[in-house]
Amino acid sequence: MTEFRLYMLQRLSALVMAPFVLLHIGVMIYAIRDGISAAEILGRTQGSVLWFTFYATFVVAVSIHAALGLRIVLSEWAGLRGPTREITSLAIGLGLFALGANAVWSVTAGGTS
Amino acid sequence: MAEVLQQDPMRVTVLRGGPGAPMRPETFEVPLYESQTVLDVVSWIQQNSDPTLSYRFACRVGMCGSCAMMVNGVPRWTCRTHVQKVLVGGAIEVGPLRNLPVIKDLAVDMDPFFDKWVEAEGRHHPTRTRDDGIAPIDPESADRQQATAGIECINCSVCYAACDTVAGNPDYLGPAALQRAWTLYNDEKNADRGSILDAVSGKGGCHFCHSMGSCTIYCPNELNPLAAIAGLKSATARRFFGRRDR
Ligand code: SF4
Ligand code: SF4
Ligand code: FES
Repeated sequence: MTEFRLYMLQRLSALVMAPFVLLHIGVMIYAIRDGISAAEILGRTQGSVLWFTFYATFVVAVSIHAALGLRIVLSEWAGLRGPTREITSLAIGLGLFALGANAVWSVTAGGTS
Repeated sequence: MAEVLQQDPMRVTVLRGGPGAPMRPETFEVPLYESQTVLDVVSWIQQNSDPTLSYRFACRVGMCGSCAMMVNGVPRWTCRTHVQKVLVGGAIEVGPLRNLPVIKDLAVDMDPFFDKWVEAEGRHHPTRTRDDGIAPIDPESADRQQATAGIECINCSVCYAACDTVAGNPDYLGPAALQRAWTLYNDEKNADRGSILDAVSGKGGCHFCHSMGSCTIYCPNELNPLAAIAGLKSATARRFFGRRDR
């Protein structure tokens, strides 16, 4: 992929993340205003296609955005070049995706609703 | 020559060396004159203290762009920098321009800087031949205003020395070359906008600029390479979303 396409991918993933962050924080503040338990959270998220889609998209955008950002930091600050840099940033992206996907799956899979 | 201003000379530390000779500071005492520039100081040292001191200049009036050096750690055009404005406790430090290989003492090799102008497609692509008439250009048109904004660049490399992205990424084309590309992009007499956008979208292209603006802060001609680079970034994004260029 060309540098320019990677640049666009990073900016577009930021564009996706911005409203998601606001929604995420907004819903959190709204949901816990009278206190909330883990069971209540899971009651709403488990089996919800909506929350699965929301957080899955979020995780994908974060993995792309962070990996591409760190790719530049790795080259300008740590002097990584060529395959070393590409493999390191790919590993960061995949690692973030694995952590995020695991979390999303844990709270949305199963349940009855 | 003008009057000596005070009894105590100033202390001028010059960073000297080059390939095969590690850079080392050497301090000279130089009399302080009225209206003296940093270039005058360097010339005084070369003429009165050490004839082996190497440096570069030509016009001495801020037109040729050959006299830039680091003065107290920041890049400046030395022929237009008054010593009295940069003296700190009666001393200054002068060194070779940052981000370029040192040839000897204060003279740097500017080839990488100029090579990148060519790499950024900073060359004219004519719309007409010598047999055609001259195209009328409206000086008030939006494109021409953009082109005019960067036209006074004197290729001094001050912005290139100020840029941290150049320091961290040897491929980065740098503010002056990208500003030149933007100038030509907006020039109605320039035919090939697409090739300019291609040239500034590669592994050293405009998209690596961090938009912190050191180039614009230090440009002695008060040009704004930061804005030119922002223009290139949005032009490449518009093309990505399907807008056609002439
Ligand atoms: S704004 Fe861009 S070109 Fe200018 S100094 Fe910063 S990184 Fe370099
Ligand atoms: S943009 Fe300004 S600082 Fe950069 S080379 Fe041109 S005149 Fe010098
Ligand atoms: S000597 Fe020409 S710009 Fe300074």
